[in-house]
Amino acid sequence: MAKEREPLFSEKNKKLLTIPLGKENPITVQVLGICSALAITVKLEPSVVMAISVMAVMAVGNVVISILGKSIPTRIRIIVQLVVIATLVILVDMVLKAFAYDVSKQLSVFVGLIITNCIIMGRFEAFAMTNKPWPSFLDGLGNAFGYGWILIVVGFFRELLGSGTLWGYQVMPDSFYQAGYVDNGFMMLPPMALIVVGVIIWIQRSRNKELIEN
Amino acid sequence: MEEILKEDSKDLKLKRIKMHSNGYIFRFAIIMVIAVAVILTATATLLKPFQDDNKNTEKMQDVVKAAFANNDDIEITVSNTQELYEKYIYKELLINPVTGEIVSEYSDNKQVTGEVRAFDVKLKDELEKQKNGEEAAFPLFIAKKDGEEIYVIPLYGKGLWGPIWGNVALASDMQTVVGAIFDHKAETPGLGAEITDEDIFQNQFIGKKIFDDEGNFTSITVIKGGVANQSAISEEHGVDAISGGTITSVFVSDMLHDCLTNYVEFIKKNK
Repeated sequence: MAKEREPLFSEKNKKLLTIPLGKENPITVQVLGICSALAITVKLEPSVVMAISVMAVMAVGNVVISILGKSIPTRIRIIVQLVVIATLVILVDMVLKAFAYDVSKQLSVFVGLIITNCIIMGRFEAFAMTNKPWPSFLDGLGNAFGYGWILIVVGFFRELLGSGTLWGYQVMPDSFYQAGYVDNGFMMLPPMALIVVGVIIWIQRSRNKELIEN
Repeated sequence: MEEILKEDSKDLKLKRIKMHSNGYIFRFAIIMVIAVAVILTATATLLKPFQDDNKNTEKMQDVVKAAFANNDDIEITVSNTQELYEKYIYKELLINPVTGEIVSEYSDNKQVTGEVRAFDVKLKDELEKQKNGEEAAFPLFIAKKDGEEIYVIPLYGKGLWGPIWGNVALASDMQTVVGAIFDHKAETPGLGAEITDEDIFQNQFIGKKIFDDEGNFTSITVIKGGVANQSAISEEHGVDAISGGTITSVFVSDMLHDCLTNYVEFIKKNK
């Protein structure tokens, strides 16, 4: 009896994409990858680039790990995972340096630090090692989206309230400044990112009672 | 049932041991490392020209920015950098620090004298040569706008955690600063890294002088505690340091002195 092929976007696969956005969000629920979320969200543009970079590393990395799967010797599997991540991160870094030089300067060491982003290694170990390439790809994308949208939201508010611009363009009308409005310099500092993330967690938990610990 | 399970697990165990023998692990590791090396080398080679291009543009941008720091008419973006550079920087010189003579001159896209274009010279290498007692030549970029010449002197030195560099632009009197920009590899964010801030640091240099009234070279010193509060250095030769960035500030002073001093002979000759 031939096994029926699972459709590409079955219920199960869709869930791989959507769950990390909310209920199992790497930042707001699992509280992983906070370091980079604080450091690079001062402006919207680096946040978006960081989100895309992590997405590329995570989706491709998950697929690679899942293809290698059982052929990875268990005793050195952590090293193998690290090599895969490091290679992909260096590739991303080189591409950014070649085609988005300004942004790569803003991100500086944080592109390199994607290597230490525990979300990626966590997904390799918990999902990709034991699953097929396609679900692994979706799982990588989903988790990177979950990480990315928080980054983008935080970057949006910090740039808007901190410098009155979005993507480098001024959006706060001059009349505001003439009326005495002042950009909030505190928004530019890392603690404010933590507070914005905290607010997101608060909203999320008040809407989803399942997430509240006893 | 139990027996079958036992048999199964024994089988699995055997398989795993067989599959992950030391030999296998070594083979796996070696193949993986070679594959990764090939991929990275290929990409690096492929992307090198783009990256070099970006670095050159940045270098040009730094020169133009220093020259026109005090000039609001000229807006400098990544896309118009090349154009601005070609329009305003009309001469690139290489200067012998001891005699003050011009070693090489490049203007109108042509090499006039000498063999090397000043733009292609790495300041770091020249400083290294000088330190080792070899003959070195230092680049000088001359901009011209509305008939006024602006002299842009590149800087390079060590910072607290890594190199720092920048450009100082002098007005046509060859002693008044009209612009200065600094950059760094790894200074502490929020402290030493603030040397890249235009408003609080770089703009302080505008209007300062690198020679005193008698024509002696004084350089510009970055002073802890504020220029206004001390008497050792007069106000026109000093700028305020960055709070919390003392060591980087000292290195900026050193860099300014060590680099500018190489142009003293040239300036005395041509003033």
